[in-house]
Amino acid sequence: MLRHFLTLFIWLGLAGMAVAQDLQPSLQAHAGEIADPSRSSVSVALDDLVASGAPHLSDFLEQWQDKGVWQRDADGVFFYATENGDDLSLRDIDTAQETTAPKSGFSQLKPNGGVRRLIGTALVQFQLTDPDLARRTSAIESIARRPDASQLAPLLKSIDPETDATLKARKIQLANFMSASFAPDTGDRIAAITSMSSDTSIEARAVLNQLLSVKAVVSPDAPKGNIARVLKPGRDLSEADAYARLVDAKLAPPVISPAAMRDALAANIDGGRVGGIPTAQLDTQTMREKAYAALAAQGTVPPLVSQDAKTDAVAAHSFYEVYEEQDPAVTDAARAALDSIETRVGAAQAVDLTLDALSLASIYFLAAIGLAITFGVMGVINMAHGEFIMMGAYTGYVVQQFVPDYTLSIIVALPLAFAVTFAAGVTMERLVIRHLYHRPLETLLATFGISVALQQLAKNIFGTQARPLTSPGWLDGAWVVSDVIQISYIRIAIFVMALMFLALILFVLKRTRLGLEVRAVTQNPGMAASMGINPDRINMLTFGLGSGIAGIAGVAIGLYAKVTSEMGADYIVQSFMTVVVGGVGNVWGTLAGASLIGFLQKGIEWFNPSNTLAAQTYMVLFIILFIQFRPKGIVAQKGRAAAD
Amino acid sequence: MEYSKKIAACAMTALLGTTSMAMAQDCADPVKIGVLHSLSGTMAISETTLKDTMLMLVDAQNKKGGVLGCQIEAVVVDPASDWPLFAEKGRELLTVNEVDVIFGSWTSVSRKSVLPVLEELNGLMFYPVQYEGEESSQNVFYTGAAPNQQAIPAVDYYLEELGVEKFALLGTDYVYPRTTNNILKSYLMSKGIAEEDIFVNYTPFGHSDWATIVGDVVALGEDGKQVGVISTINGDANIGFYKELAAADVSADDIPVVAFSVGEEELSGLDTTNLVGHLAAWNYFMSADTPANAEFIETWKAFIGDDKRVTNDPMEAHYIGFNMWVNAVEQAGTTDVDAVRTAMYGQTFPNLTGGMAEMLPNHHLTKPVLIGEITADGQFDIISQTDPVAGDAWTDFLPESAVLTSDWKELGCGMYNTETKTCVQLTSNY
Amino acid sequence: MHKTFISQNPSVLWFIALLGLFTLAVTVGSEAFGTGLISTSMVKTLGKTLCLCLIAIAMDVVWGYCGILSLGHFAFFGIGGYAIGMWLMYARTEGIVLSSLSGQAIPSTSQEISDAIGNQIFGVVGSSDFPWLWAFADNLFLQLLMVIVVPGLLALVFGWLAFRSRVTGVYLSILTQAMTLALSLWLFQNDSGLRGNNGLSGLQNIPGFEGSSQADISLAFFLGSALALALGYLLFAWVVSGKMGSVVQGIRDNEARVRFLGYRVEGYKLFIFTLTAVISGIAGALYYPQAGIINPAELAPIASIYLAVWVAIGGRGRLYGAVIGAAFVSLLSSWFTGGGAPAIDLGFYTILWTDWWLVLLGVSFVCVTLFFPKGIGGLFDYLVRKPS
Repeated sequence: MLRHFLTLFIWLGLAGMAVAQDLQPSLQAHAGEIADPSRSSVSVALDDLVASGAPHLSDFLEQWQDKGVWQRDADGVFFYATENGDDLSLRDIDTAQETTAPKSGFSQLKPNGGVRRLIGTALVQFQLTDPDLARRTSAIESIARRPDASQLAPLLKSIDPETDATLKARKIQLANFMSASFAPDTGDRIAAITSMSSDTSIEARAVLNQLLSVKAVVSPDAPKGNIARVLKPGRDLSEADAYARLVDAKLAPPVISPAAMRDALAANIDGGRVGGIPTAQLDTQTMREKAYAALAAQGTVPPLVSQDAKTDAVAAHSFYEVYEEQDPAVTDAARAALDSIETRVGAAQAVDLTLDALSLASIYFLAAIGLAITFGVMGVINMAHGEFIMMGAYTGYVVQQFVPDYTLSIIVALPLAFAVTFAAGVTMERLVIRHLYHRPLETLLATFGISVALQQLAKNIFGTQARPLTSPGWLDGAWVVSDVIQISYIRIAIFVMALMFLALILFVLKRTRLGLEVRAVTQNPGMAASMGINPDRINMLTFGLGSGIAGIAGVAIGLYAKVTSEMGADYIVQSFMTVVVGGVGNVWGTLAGASLIGFLQKGIEWFNPSNTLAAQTYMVLFIILFIQFRPKGIVAQKGRAAAD
Repeated sequence: MEYSKKIAACAMTALLGTTSMAMAQDCADPVKIGVLHSLSGTMAISETTLKDTMLMLVDAQNKKGGVLGCQIEAVVVDPASDWPLFAEKGRELLTVNEVDVIFGSWTSVSRKSVLPVLEELNGLMFYPVQYEGEESSQNVFYTGAAPNQQAIPAVDYYLEELGVEKFALLGTDYVYPRTTNNILKSYLMSKGIAEEDIFVNYTPFGHSDWATIVGDVVALGEDGKQVGVISTINGDANIGFYKELAAADVSADDIPVVAFSVGEEELSGLDTTNLVGHLAAWNYFMSADTPANAEFIETWKAFIGDDKRVTNDPMEAHYIGFNMWVNAVEQAGTTDVDAVRTAMYGQTFPNLTGGMAEMLPNHHLTKPVLIGEITADGQFDIISQTDPVAGDAWTDFLPESAVLTSDWKELGCGMYNTETKTCVQLTSNY
Repeated sequence: MHKTFISQNPSVLWFIALLGLFTLAVTVGSEAFGTGLISTSMVKTLGKTLCLCLIAIAMDVVWGYCGILSLGHFAFFGIGGYAIGMWLMYARTEGIVLSSLSGQAIPSTSQEISDAIGNQIFGVVGSSDFPWLWAFADNLFLQLLMVIVVPGLLALVFGWLAFRSRVTGVYLSILTQAMTLALSLWLFQNDSGLRGNNGLSGLQNIPGFEGSSQADISLAFFLGSALALALGYLLFAWVVSGKMGSVVQGIRDNEARVRFLGYRVEGYKLFIFTLTAVISGIAGALYYPQAGIINPAELAPIASIYLAVWVAIGGRGRLYGAVIGAAFVSLLSSWFTGGGAPAIDLGFYTILWTDWWLVLLGVSFVCVTLFFPKGIGGLFDYLVRKPS
């Protein structure tokens, strides 16, 4: 309403009266800071702007935050603007008058992330009670990012009028967090802290951890203050560390390092000798110490600190940590709450790790399941299996070039990828593998040749750059149970897909005519042929089926990782190991193999989270050892079919 | 300038018929330059673009009359991402093809492979990629960024502008991330960041299983400190990483990620709508708004015949390096390596992002540092641009390197110990 | 004894004679000799090719004669290279460090020298301490011993475990592949102490021969490689002849039957596996000083598969076949990727061999396995049989 009123004023030509009310002059007073703001200095300008009470400041701040403000290079005047090709559609900040001008005379203001956050904080007071839900949400987010004692009261006040239930809950939660830190009354704080003891969210832990932040103290006196922990040298920290702390606190003389000793000796060479010892003899640490001691005796250098002196110095001081929070009641409550949270977090982490392991296992399974058929059931080593995965992924990419809708394109891509790789598999079986059934090792070489050729062919066709394969919007994001337990939807989709394929393949092999014939041909081709089964046809179909599934796996893998000509090579060795570890000739075996490898890898990663490569190395080593002791895999075939 | 040179050349021709005969004879053989970039294997993804860039630059220079009045011929070989082959092909280029200069290499290990050959045969190479520093060879000009021209300014931005208090350094397990992270760790600790607030993780090349690591990074926020990620993840492993980041809904406002190896080329393999606001630090972005850059992009798209192709930082490095070399050769009047090297010092050439690049006596360039935010269309929005920073071969933030300096012009040494005032070695560490 | 195995196998004499002639020709043509008909880079390439031929005959013995398709022999080759590389790096760096420290007023302690060397070697990968692996790096003799001992021991332990469990055929291939994968992953880690992905470089500069030109050094290594190949060929020719050879080939054709005849199959297999591993290690130790750099990518599983392919193309079960395969494919590959092959202009499309060479190579593997199971070496049968 006020806004309309002001605009009216200006329209009436009463510009002179309106000057005091305009925002532009206030902005110009800080033009330099606004045009090129820095997190460390922008606060002054923001405070001044807020204090000036200029109209529609919140509009300006929002536009500024969204990079919607441009500055005219000629005179430094700010405008709201949107790009329109080479032109800008400008809107005057005060009059809202719209004009168009070429872009070249203007510069866009691009506040960085830190400044945007400060602008957000400044906006809180305008947005907290704004009728627009999005603005109120953004205000709450700003508070959560930079909680400040002064925001607690307005936040509490805004809870009752809140109409949106979700936001209201969020406000209450946030107010609770802030009360724990900032409430004036200790009782309120402790109540807030205690109420958090079952909240595993990162925010809650952050609040508690900050309440429990400590600083280390070294002192000649007995520990005092709100003590968090007393450190005993030798047990909680090494004597050398303890002494180093003393040196830092200037409570003890520094230790002379070998390099410092060398420099000191070099600075005191006197006629080829240092402290009476010829320099040529100073090539051992003992001789150097002797020479140094001689120098120290003369008083030219500070004396060496002896081991006894160090021990005595450490023993004469107390080392401890005190809470920065003075009130022991608060820290005790926070410690209790955090301990109870940590237990829950530990359990939640175990669940999360299991989910990750399941997901990894399902990816391995999906990559290997085609191989489980071609290698496991037919005994054919197909080194080009990885390239079938790649072909599937590229099929998905090509489909997305023609079908822009991501959901539809995936629906088209999955069967198409199956068809393409099925055809490729059948062609390969007819042309190459058929002639090599009695020479399994040579199949390995021939299919390796095909793999090399296909990989290079993909490079020639699609280029060496990775190609985007984008998942549909409804697979974006993650299923969030808590801040600890979450898993992305795309991984869940892959997991479900893996289960579906497991069911499908079991069904085909165990419940259909084709499956019966496949098993018959696998076990005894001659006998099967005499029963009227055409082994050629069966082999062809089986191989096509295995390859087709690899194609579908390719689409899935491309969705969550990358599509390059080399993606297949990443999975081939892994897949063979999955099949062999699980036990050849059995789909359940492949499932067991994939699970073992997935869980094992995540388990090792958990022990050493900073080195994923080590986890992979140990996993491969484990597999080697495992095969030595169980050469037939987890689910070993028995009887006749097991014979080579 | 160009015009007066031509007049002088004409006058020379008229006056000294014999000399011009000799010059004409020289030009029977074109000036040869070697292009040593992998066209197959894992690195082809990045290096093929640079080969094309070189061909484009040579093409453009030949249209302008070549160098020393001779046409330039590019000899392209394929070291196939096989590191020993870089040494072999490098030797071939220098001794069999007898090229005057080599433009090549991407990974540090490929550079280290060809280095001894260059130093043995006194060759000359321009290396266009940001790298870990700790090296200054007499025979290499480093046109990419040293750590102080990319990593350190980016960390400063984190500390000062974003107020980051806890760092996750994620990298692919090879030399560049290892050394860069070492430098950064020591730098951060000198800025008062506690060691336990620096989380370091290394993953293999082409890593794709990022869920756990992203989860670990998110969990770093549990003590209430602002967390920031510094990524030296290389190549296509980034695709999986960013997809997981987007899936976990890690917004740049909560946990910003700044990448040193992700440029326009890498983003073209991704849908970036969920990554808007995450950062990258480079010396060049395609979105830089200058006339020179607009022309460069246009020439590139025309040369490659694809309107969607992007430009990136190492391409600009080659652009500057090649043009500086051409100018140095013109100035020296010969392609002889030693003469050209001397002429290179102090050579300036305009950056595509504005300002001047200058070749320093330590074989590094002065470059502006740009920080960009990822936009929804796979480009970067430049939000910070510094004045040109002089490249430092030996970092000041590792105790062993802080005492070393490189100056090939005055000191004649690339690894000079300023404490003992001696040259540690004339060749390089490889 | 010698007479018998050579008379059994006249191709050995032919091979040695041809190798001798070839070596002589290259020596005379080299820059070091003065004629300069063959460039130093070509001498290096040929020297490396001879090393590849040596590992190829080792592969042929283990696969073509004994029937073990090992997809991990390049691991042994790489270990040999690393073993010698450690000494080369250490000794070269020690020279540099000692000369730069010599001018100091206060002589350096041994600790300071070792720190400085460590810093030079590992500074590139952000570390400075010597890992335990480098304990013998200062001693050429011990490191040379490592070239033989480490691959031998690894093969012995691995082979003993695998053959004892009767892992055979395709399973063994996958297992050996896993072995080389594990090794290369381990080497890729910086923490392992072998400079991670960077590997060991500058190996062509031989400590103690700083004054010699690369032309001389490369010729010396070429001659060394030729000698090693000749000796290796003789050794393997002897191994695969006689009773031992018959048993080994019997294992290839029917392992169970040989076992029932009372032979200790595992022992024979283990002997062949370990012996070929040791020879592979030696080949690697000769190869990498010529290549100049070794890093974990060299041990990637694909390298060992290529090795098998060379042997298949050359012709299994005959030693000269392996030599032909290795030399032919590796030289051809170098010619195609080096831009030596002319591009073919089809009018609508130009075939650049850097793009299409691998496709051609892949397709030719398929053709060789399908149509020429005896490989190129099989052509000799044709020549020999025709007149008779």
